Amino acid sequence: MKVRVFVSLKNGVLDPQGRAIHHAIEGLGIHGVQDVRAGKMIELDVDASVTDEQLETMCKQLLANMVIENYRIERLAA
Amino acid sequence: MSAFRSAVITFPGSNCDRDMAVAVEQICGGEVLRVWHGDAALPDRLDFIALPGGFSYGDYLRSGAMAARSPIMQAVVEAANKGVPVLGVCNGFQVLTESGLLPGALLRNAGMNFVCREVKLTVENNQSLFTAGYSAGQQITIPVAHHDGNYFADAETLDRLESEGRVAFRYAEEVNGSARQIAGVLNAAGNVLGMMPHPERMIEPAQGGSDGRALFESLVRGLVAA
Repeated sequence: MKVRVFVSLKNGVLDPQGRAIHHAIEGLGIHGVQDVRAGKMIELDVDASVTDEQLETMCKQLLANMVIENYRIERLAA
Repeated sequence: MSAFRSAVITFPGSNCDRDMAVAVEQICGGEVLRVWHGDAALPDRLDFIALPGGFSYGDYLRSGAMAARSPIMQAVVEAANKGVPVLGVCNGFQVLTESGLLPGALLRNAGMNFVCREVKLTVENNQSLFTAGYSAGQQITIPVAHHDGNYFADAETLDRLESEGRVAFRYAEEVNGSARQIAGVLNAAGNVLGMMPHPERMIEPAQGGSDGRALFESLVRGLVAA
């Protein structure tokens, strides 16, 4: 089963990378973009035996730094 | 007291480990042991452990994230919890926050640029094992070289750090967007210090200054006295 973990910076945590991307978008001449936040997506291919709890543990202890980031787990249909 | 016995940990991608080992050897003397990240145990009877700067594991996932979960770090966390002094510089500071030994996190520099220059620091707490050789409020010059040095913690944590005297050093100028200009923090027990600036690169006039020397001298004096 494919699982996607989306890691994003918490609200209020400065995102200089997002700001630079925003600036570059404006450089394309496209207007109307209010804000840009950059994050990461980690795709895992896991056995059916991997539990939800284990996925949560992976996210909390490694994939996201809970001081500055949030995560969202998305399971894709096999 | 027996000779000072210290360990410098090397992760794949560390690049300040030799500088750190030279500084410790020249100033603290004794025996400096070099320890590899994959080792499961630390040498016994250590007086001091240093986590050097660099780009451990290529900064994959987050700076310091992979190193914090390496086999040797479990031993470092145990030693730190037993009171062994631990200094993390630059990437070493990132490893300390990722491993939970220090609060907060180090974000990408606010200006997006890698900052590599000498900066002015203020010694905020001169009562610690690492800073007793400085005077309170002393201004020192130490180089920084980092991309992710923007210290972040929530307001409550920052207030607690300030009220407990755990801000060891503060930038005396704008460097990377760090919350409250924090450059170095101590753990609650005072035996773990993480800092972005590199004291090991400022230990003799040939390097442009020796303001980093007092940190290592403080450590030796503190342990002799203890």
